[in-house]
Amino acid sequence: MSGGRLKAGPAVRARARLALIGPGFSYLVVLLVLPLALVIGYSVFQRGRFGGIAYEDGVTGDNFARLADPLYAGVLTDSLRIAGLTTVLALALGYPTAYAITRLPARWRTVALVLVVLPFWTNFLIRTYAWIVLLSSEGVVNSALTGIGVIDRPLELLYTDTAVVVGLLYAYLPLMVLPLYSAIERVDPRLLEASADLGARPVRTFLSVTLPLTLPGVLTGCVFVFVPSLGNFVVPELLGGGRTVMVGNLIRDQFLSARDWPFGSVLALALMAFLVLLLMAQAWAGQRLGGRR
Amino acid sequence: MRRLGALPLWLTYVFLYTPVVVLVVMSFNRSESPYEWGGFGTGWYGTLVRDDEVLRGLGNTVIVAAGATALSTVLGTLLAVGLARHASRSRVLHALSVMPAVLPDIVLAIGLLAFYSLISATLGLHSVLLAHTVFGLAFVTAVVRARIAHVDPSLEEASRDLGAGEITTFLRVTLPTLAPGIVAGALLVFTLSLDEFVIAFFTAGPQDPTLPIVVYSMIRFGVTPEINALATLLLAVSFTVVIAAQRMSRLTEAL
Repeated sequence: MSGGRLKAGPAVRARARLALIGPGFSYLVVLLVLPLALVIGYSVFQRGRFGGIAYEDGVTGDNFARLADPLYAGVLTDSLRIAGLTTVLALALGYPTAYAITRLPARWRTVALVLVVLPFWTNFLIRTYAWIVLLSSEGVVNSALTGIGVIDRPLELLYTDTAVVVGLLYAYLPLMVLPLYSAIERVDPRLLEASADLGARPVRTFLSVTLPLTLPGVLTGCVFVFVPSLGNFVVPELLGGGRTVMVGNLIRDQFLSARDWPFGSVLALALMAFLVLLLMAQAWAGQRLGGRR
Repeated sequence: MRRLGALPLWLTYVFLYTPVVVLVVMSFNRSESPYEWGGFGTGWYGTLVRDDEVLRGLGNTVIVAAGATALSTVLGTLLAVGLARHASRSRVLHALSVMPAVLPDIVLAIGLLAFYSLISATLGLHSVLLAHTVFGLAFVTAVVRARIAHVDPSLEEASRDLGAGEITTFLRVTLPTLAPGIVAGALLVFTLSLDEFVIAFFTAGPQDPTLPIVVYSMIRFGVTPEINALATLLLAVSFTVVIAAQRMSRLTEAL
């Protein structure tokens, strides 16, 4: 074609653009935008008698009102509490871990980091199951403790809120360490030296130099841990034994057993609302911190 | 002080690897209970390789992962090049392309279930494959775009100046320079799809469970040491793939 011999004209560019972006874009519109629009749409309808949606009954706000029902509000606050506690613990363990890795000799850093991330690449169900083996009443921890005579009756470790928090922490800790590591690594060592030269003690330097500079990384890590913890239904089910109900379990039940899709959609939207608020807070904080520098 | 600083790192390693070690040890257990030690034996591996349900689940998972990887790689690579070269300022397109990666999996899962039921699609391996392509596409796009950022656009201009058409330039210049990114993206999608449970749980029909769904029902109903053996094999596969990918990326960086 002679057109190819010249610089690509606008028509050629438009065709290239369509050929490159078109397929992926259409795919995402059909299998991402449309499904999400359905979830939003379903939230204002009523459930059909045999599941599905009863369009003929018209729109209603009742599904949203049910969020205020103490039963469901309790599940939401429990979920926030458990996901929040998981995030705080991940930060408490993840920050010093990431900090320790940045202080290693350069050639060990990648290895140390890969070792933190490696378990994350294994099957999520297997990682959760491992904690059943450890925590169950005949499990490894209890047998070890009874074996050395610390306790005579097995402790109730599994099927508690604590087990759920431990399982979530185990699942998502690497997602906290990674952004923290890259944030801490970027801190200019000359700033730390300057702070020390001006007479600040290590703790003071950490609190007024390192911590503020790495705050965006802290926020990213918190979002990375909090969001998947909040929507998780596998860990509460397997390690909470059905006693710990989180919003993810509730959504699953509405869709797969109660067949109340409208209410399930409302719960999913509530989950999304937390996510959006969090991302907005993160962007806002990031901007403020970035502007101050 | 230095020594004390490394303590949290060791604590993290103990936390991360104790469950892994326990699973591996318990898989070589002769007893009937997955928790109690009854002497060394490899019998549960024998049970595992004769378990039809596990083998069928494995077959299904590989079909889904291979299909989703192929589809995601093609769509994602095209989209990444298109976004970088023709729509670098479109915030809507950018947001759309990263959305599946940040969306909670359960939200995508119920959305797709609602969508499939709306169009009265039968559920099966195909519906899981299409669902996995949604997030797979996003990951390939992200990885390939990161690679494009390091590729000099004047290479493509030179190709056009020398008389190659758009398609020739894409196939002979753009694709080869992006190859490491494309391979990395494909590997990522394949691994993610192999392990994906939540979306598969909602979009797979009752006839064709993927391996994670089989594992889930094994954990929920009837725990035997067989699952420890399966867990150990899955751990071995994941560790090998991740370490190989790590080596490979170091190799390509060196090139």
